[in-house]
Amino acid sequence: AMEAGPGLGPRIREGDCAVLKRDDVFKAVPVLRRRKIIFEKQWFYLDNAIGHIYGTTFEVTSGGNLQPKQEVEETTTETKEAGTDNRNIVDDGKSQKLTHDDIKALKDKGIKGQEIVQQLIENSTTFRDKTEFAQDKYIKKKKKKYEAVITIVKPSTRILSTMYYAREPGKINHLRYDTLAQMLTLGNIRAGNKMIVMETCAGLVLGAVMERMGGYGSIIQMYPGGEPVRAATSCFGFPKVFFDNLHEFPLSKVDSLLSGTFSTETLPSESEDNMLVEEESNGMTDGKQTSLQETEEESTTETAMEVKQAEEHETMDINTEDVEFKENKEKENKENVREKQRKQWERRKKLIETATLLREKNADGLIVASKFHPTPLLLSLLEFVAPSRPFVVYCQYKEPLLECYAKLRERGGVINLKLSETWLRNYQVLPDRSHPKLTMSGGGGYLLSGITVVLDKGRSDSSNLEALKMEEPSSKRCKVQDHHC
Amino acid sequence: MSFVEYGDTIKDGDTAIVFLGHESMFPVKVQHGTVTQTKYGVIRHSTDLIGKKYGSKVTCSKGGWVFILHPTPELWTMNLPHRTQILYSTDISLITMMLELKPGSIVCESGTGSGSLSHALIRTVAPTGHLYTVEFHQQRAEKAREEFREHGVEHLVTVTNQDVCKNGFGVSNIADAVFLDIPSPWEAIGHAKSALKAEGGRICSFSPCIEQVQRTCLALEEYGFTEINTLEILLRVYNVRTISLQIPDLGKAAEGNSSAGFDSSGPSQPGSPCADAQAGTVQFKSGVPLRDMVGHTGYLTFATKS
Repeated sequence: AMEAGPGLGPRIREGDCAVLKRDDVFKAVPVLRRRKIIFEKQWFYLDNAIGHIYGTTFEVTSGGNLQPKQEVEETTTETKEAGTDNRNIVDDGKSQKLTHDDIKALKDKGIKGQEIVQQLIENSTTFRDKTEFAQDKYIKKKKKKYEAVITIVKPSTRILSTMYYAREPGKINHLRYDTLAQMLTLGNIRAGNKMIVMETCAGLVLGAVMERMGGYGSIIQMYPGGEPVRAATSCFGFPKVFFDNLHEFPLSKVDSLLSGTFSTETLPSESEDNMLVEEESNGMTDGKQTSLQETEEESTTETAMEVKQAEEHETMDINTEDVEFKENKEKENKENVREKQRKQWERRKKLIETATLLREKNADGLIVASKFHPTPLLLSLLEFVAPSRPFVVYCQYKEPLLECYAKLRERGGVINLKLSETWLRNYQVLPDRSHPKLTMSGGGGYLLSGITVVLDKGRSDSSNLEALKMEEPSSKRCKVQDHHC
Repeated sequence: MSFVEYGDTIKDGDTAIVFLGHESMFPVKVQHGTVTQTKYGVIRHSTDLIGKKYGSKVTCSKGGWVFILHPTPELWTMNLPHRTQILYSTDISLITMMLELKPGSIVCESGTGSGSLSHALIRTVAPTGHLYTVEFHQQRAEKAREEFREHGVEHLVTVTNQDVCKNGFGVSNIADAVFLDIPSPWEAIGHAKSALKAEGGRICSFSPCIEQVQRTCLALEEYGFTEINTLEILLRVYNVRTISLQIPDLGKAAEGNSSAGFDSSGPSQPGSPCADAQAGTVQFKSGVPLRDMVGHTGYLTFATKS
């Protein structure tokens, strides 16, 4: 009912998690009415965007309103005059006849960005002498500055992983999006799998795995500390059913589960309440929004202000009904206790279920992307994986993976071990001006991948020797993949 | 087994991967009464394979052994019979993510080629999505159909034998994504646009040469595609080695500084240098890049129809 008829995409709804896009910059925000958003030095409200189709481009008008951008024919440079080189162009700082104050006055009058750009061109004495390419570049630069357009897009792994890598690489251990793409492929992530995921990437890797599984199969998220972090996961806006077969298991219980001494009596429960909140809302939690915005003081203070206002509001409401206030409060407390007990019981039940799933030791794969040393994680968690299944470990650094590689070889039960890294290059493609972009990312982390096999416990020592011999690549066979010509 | 569902045991009719060692493996069609020759001797399907667990070690007639692996699109890519140049998993990964593919996605692809990408696409869009793949070479189209049948994924794919540049994908307004790996992708952009859903979708074109990319980008712009972005992804593989470097003799041995500047006390951390004064060497673990690496496969141009 929420989706429009055939031919139209999903619409932006209140309460959605949407992603704002301006050029290559993304920002995830909750779609709420009367909530001020600050993005790329602009402020606006999303109210008017509600009901529009995802992918719509909006212009920011005065008062922070969004208006769908009309398709306009490019009217700039009606004169096709241009120079051939820059031998006579002198940088005297006086080529622009409009002053800062003039431009500010134009903006204050609410003149559209497009017109300001036109005026800047007309008032540039050197514009006509610039080469056609330089004119193009000049216009693009000015447009970027004065034409305030933003596109609202639907979240996806592509968008969120690009956004996180650009905005908050520290929160995802500098896992670049092309590296994440490799993990999903190397791990053969698909509908119907039973996956084990151990990550400290804000829930981004978990979300990527969930997207690829489409709600089919099951995922067991291993988490350190008191609760799993799913700030990024909630940005995806997954339907509720996707969470039905998402389980979690505390890392601190892995050893006892493997040794058979596991019990649910001592849960890691410092922040049980937080955990319940997270579990309940499944979709979006405010926690993830603050985590996304933490780095921008503007938005944090703004959120804080909003919360304060809401509190005041509540207090006032209560005061007006202070007769019923007391009994209501008592009733509430009793219900709270009962609710808490019920939730705790449910949590314990879920934990037992998850332990049972793990004990079957038949998982279809293991994905690790954390801030911890990978070796102990792998040596323990691989126990839960069936033979002939892929596993992938991410690490920001190469050295821990070298050790992990050696330890896995010692352990046995794995083949086709591969340590790799991808490089990603971006290109500018324009007629007669194509070249790699000036900057590229220096590091997107390393991957160690492999396939599990039946662990031959009886003769592991001798077989390991053989395996080593067997897998040692001979330089003669060092073969290069075929090229497309 | 199928390429879209794991099975625990090897069954008659399965496609299994025989793993002999580092980058040495081949696919085998499991059949009662059949034998397969390896350098370690013969594998008898009826007794050595059928009924065994995937991931088992199988001893061959000469006493050597191999592992039998469950097929995946990635293993298939490394072992499939080449009828054309193929796309490898590094490019495939980026294509899959940037096209935003997931269960339920409808994808159009051309050409089918050897089906390397096709298997990966089918894996990702299953069980509710579909792949429409177009191949103008009749034999290749037929061979692809046969493979999809053998691999238990025929219900997820439609192979059409026609020229995508002239006749398009044979479907309109149903695709979430389009992928092109053909010599003149710019001639198929119009067809790609009409194959995509009216509400929009993603497109990717793979070309080895920059001139092809140039023309494709112009065509994409002409047809109103946005977010046009060209990328190239390179895979670096490292061999894990323990390296020994000799300590130079600077004449200091007599002074009793046996480790010649290296601290060999305390627990030796893996990865950190470990000096062995007697042998006069320092050992450390290193990730050594392969002597040859793939420097270029192709440019990947992505865009959005909105």
